[in-house]
Amino acid sequence: MANNFLLEIGLEEIPAHVVTPSINQLKKRATDFLKAQRITFANIKTFSTPRRLALYITDLADKQPDIDKSVKGPAKKIAQDADGNWTKAAVGFSRGQGATTDDITFKDVKGTQYVFVEKHIAGKPVDEILTGMKNVITAMTFPTMMKWGNYSFEYVRPIKWLVALLNDQVVPFKILDVTTDRITSGHRFLGKDVELANADEYEEKLTEQFVVADADKRKEMITKQIQKIAQDNNWKINLDPDLLEEVNNLVEWPTAFAGKFDDKYLKIPDEVLITSMKDHQRFFYVTDQEGKLLPHFVSVRNGNDYDLQNVVQGNEKVLTARLEDAMFFYQEDQKKSIADYVERLKKVSFHDKISTMYDKMQRVQVISHYFGQLFGLSDDQLKDLKRAAEIYKFDLVTGMVGEFAELQGVMGEKYALLNGESEAVAKAISEHYMPISANGDLPQSDIGSILAIADKLDSILTFFAAGMIPSGSNDPYALRRQATGIVRIVSNKNWKFDLTSTLNKVIELQKQQNVAPDLDMSGQISAIDDFVKDRIKQFLDDLGIRYDISDAVTSGSHTNIVFNIASGKALQNHSDDRDFKEVIESLTRVQRIAKKGSFSSDDLTVDPSLFENDSEKALHDAVAKAADGYTSLTAEADFERLAGLKDEINTYFDATMIMAKDEKLKNNRLRQLTMIANMIMFLGDLDKLVVKG
Amino acid sequence: MTEKLSVQEIILRLQKYWAAQGCMLMQAYDTEKGAGTMSPYTFLRAIGPEPWNAAYVEPSRRPADGRYGENPNRLYQHHQFQVIMKPSPENIQELYLNSLKELGINPLEHDIRFVEDNWENPSMGCAGVGWEVWLDGMEITQFTYFQIVGGLEMDPVASEITYGLERLSSYIQNVNSVFDLEWSDDVLYGDIFKEPEYEHSKYSFEVSDQEMLLKHFNEYEHEAKRLLDQSLVHPAYDYILKCSHTFNLLDARGAVSVTERAGYLSRIRNLARRVAKEFVAARKRRGFPLIKDEKKRQELLKDETEEK
Repeated sequence: MANNFLLEIGLEEIPAHVVTPSINQLKKRATDFLKAQRITFANIKTFSTPRRLALYITDLADKQPDIDKSVKGPAKKIAQDADGNWTKAAVGFSRGQGATTDDITFKDVKGTQYVFVEKHIAGKPVDEILTGMKNVITAMTFPTMMKWGNYSFEYVRPIKWLVALLNDQVVPFKILDVTTDRITSGHRFLGKDVELANADEYEEKLTEQFVVADADKRKEMITKQIQKIAQDNNWKINLDPDLLEEVNNLVEWPTAFAGKFDDKYLKIPDEVLITSMKDHQRFFYVTDQEGKLLPHFVSVRNGNDYDLQNVVQGNEKVLTARLEDAMFFYQEDQKKSIADYVERLKKVSFHDKISTMYDKMQRVQVISHYFGQLFGLSDDQLKDLKRAAEIYKFDLVTGMVGEFAELQGVMGEKYALLNGESEAVAKAISEHYMPISANGDLPQSDIGSILAIADKLDSILTFFAAGMIPSGSNDPYALRRQATGIVRIVSNKNWKFDLTSTLNKVIELQKQQNVAPDLDMSGQISAIDDFVKDRIKQFLDDLGIRYDISDAVTSGSHTNIVFNIASGKALQNHSDDRDFKEVIESLTRVQRIAKKGSFSSDDLTVDPSLFENDSEKALHDAVAKAADGYTSLTAEADFERLAGLKDEINTYFDATMIMAKDEKLKNNRLRQLTMIANMIMFLGDLDKLVVKG
Repeated sequence: MTEKLSVQEIILRLQKYWAAQGCMLMQAYDTEKGAGTMSPYTFLRAIGPEPWNAAYVEPSRRPADGRYGENPNRLYQHHQFQVIMKPSPENIQELYLNSLKELGINPLEHDIRFVEDNWENPSMGCAGVGWEVWLDGMEITQFTYFQIVGGLEMDPVASEITYGLERLSSYIQNVNSVFDLEWSDDVLYGDIFKEPEYEHSKYSFEVSDQEMLLKHFNEYEHEAKRLLDQSLVHPAYDYILKCSHTFNLLDARGAVSVTERAGYLSRIRNLARRVAKEFVAARKRRGFPLIKDEKKRQELLKDETEEK
């Protein structure tokens, strides 16, 4: 007979978002456990609801396979004394193997006789092995763990019951005061406890008790029910997969139903209506075939359709109360002007160690204007950018954003339009928060993109200057995410700027215009440079650029996000070139020797009259050619120019003694090499590259 | 549909029910506070090894939620029905669901769900794991297993059930505005509370004296520290509650910026942590009298002498 095993952990309601990861984890742990225990099986089917995680494992082996092996012990001369009596070592060894000295045999290993015991380990029966599922259960980890009652044990929620059935037999174990049994629990209200005769009838018996334990089946039921409602009413319902997943893990017996709200609330912006329905109530919103929002919603009850009208009315009432609030805010907010809100930002602190929100906007105006000019915006665009930067945080003090914080920016855009701002300004207000997550959407408009990087750069500058610098996992103001946002936006827009000189410049401009905070920002520029470099490195890693390459291009002489990224890509592209290794070896040789001198960049004039051989002149001419316009080319072209110097460099080194006794000659040569080294460092510190033969 | 109960009848039924489950019926605590949790009958009593089972109605003031009595669901002061049981009973969810039946709410006629909501009160150094309970989509109860209170880990763990009485009553009486609730058979909620709602909102948002409040906050904090230095736990706790309420008034007035909040909250949190420790120490000195298992009591007391 095939062995089938059922394991069910009954719990108080698990958080919806934890259900699926947890059942996957349980399956993996059980699989690993059975493998480690050498118990074969055919399949593991999972079941999961808010109140249970269960596995149904089919066709388990009856027992572990037996093991026959010879175990090597001490050498014969240690195992027996001169008289041939067993020593303590021999007795100890055999006992340790569960045998006696009678079982000892001798075998020759490389010319020496050793003690051996032939061991037969009988495989343990599967029912005994399965008691180890206790550890599988208790080893589970969850994003949030809790204690309850008098116990110190932590779990996702209190464990209420355990079912462990091998065929028709209970596999006994106990966790805290819960002992395994054959009784599972039905739906909290519709069902009752039910005794399982064997592991195989689990799903069927639970269905009788109003529990659809198979999560996929349940999701399919919900999908079909919602589709039917949509069809019957000629609606379109966007089955948002995340919401569907969440709703699925909030119910054991789903019944979808439709509700409505008053037409008058449709005056509220769609985003507000959708947030109220989706995020707050876990409702699906409803549109007509053209995608226009309708005053209806669809939700899913955890139960059957008995007295469904109560549930519909209750949910309608709750939504109406929320929408009434939203409507109130929407109307109240429009009674004030943007200027009123901006004025109020003078009293809202950005951070008490830094400044008010109003002052932040003042600083961001300076930064964004600087970028706007640098990136070649038109006069009209610069005008919109200026306006956007003057007001872009105003919605923070509106009632709507006070109530629905997640709508910051979105409401700013709406209210800006209602107040007669241009579309470009309105759009930039909502875009400046982007990207909202590591891989979130980027701002599209130029104005929005500049506002976004200016806002983020200001936060980084001021928080660093106020001593709130991220360290380890401690980054409460998400400055890393903001720096990553800057890297992604400028990369997307292909906007080149030198970070250090830009920071110096905007600090100077802020001081000139009397909007700089009373903080030492200049002192943090080098720390910010390193901070941004780390984010560029991360960005390149995510692109699949070799680690040493991303390291090299972020260790060069200047931080220019777009150029550094391009350098990384160029080096990655060339890393498969036939002569890549040779090129890099030549260049890094230059770098290393150049370090023996210390010449500033304005002290690099090479004197041809001091040349002693042709290779010096050849290199000098080649470098002069390569250096012409070098810093305004693409990273790819720069690399090609450097690579083109390879032969001249090699010949030069063969023919020339750099560290000549004559100081003049030596310095002349070191200047030449430093010039090349500086060109190399513009691209990146190529000495960090790992080139294997 | 459910039987129409007055607000006071709902309170009476809940009291009767929870008293039958072994809870002491306490009275509301007489210092302003934002939630039933902050009553010493929960905050302090949740801490330490002694068992504690109590239920009480707590008027809770949240100045920033005031709406001049114009919003049907938002209030400066609402009423919580608070149940605290330590250690958390094994069947606490069932006990709770049965309490709803006492109020005439038959789960089969509704949709009742436990939706994850991990509760946190950073200013009091508290965190817990649990749910909000939804009745047909409406949050009617906060259900929490305390994990940390006043910065101290729970051992044993207390379970807290907080019913929002206005919400629950609105549902049971099927009214759209709390002001239409029948408090007793012939007096409406609005008749009692509409005027104070307006006046307190007006005060909190427009009239309160920021200078005075700031001064009081500093004085209350100072007094709480002074009392803590002398191990006067309960008077110190009263001043911490006053700090908290004064902060809430300042906050409602818009006198506290988003980032300054953190500073005030951490000042209150430091006090809450100190009072939590002092409370346990004081109970130790009393010999943990609420522990009836003599062997366990002696063990706990022994532990302490060894620690010292």
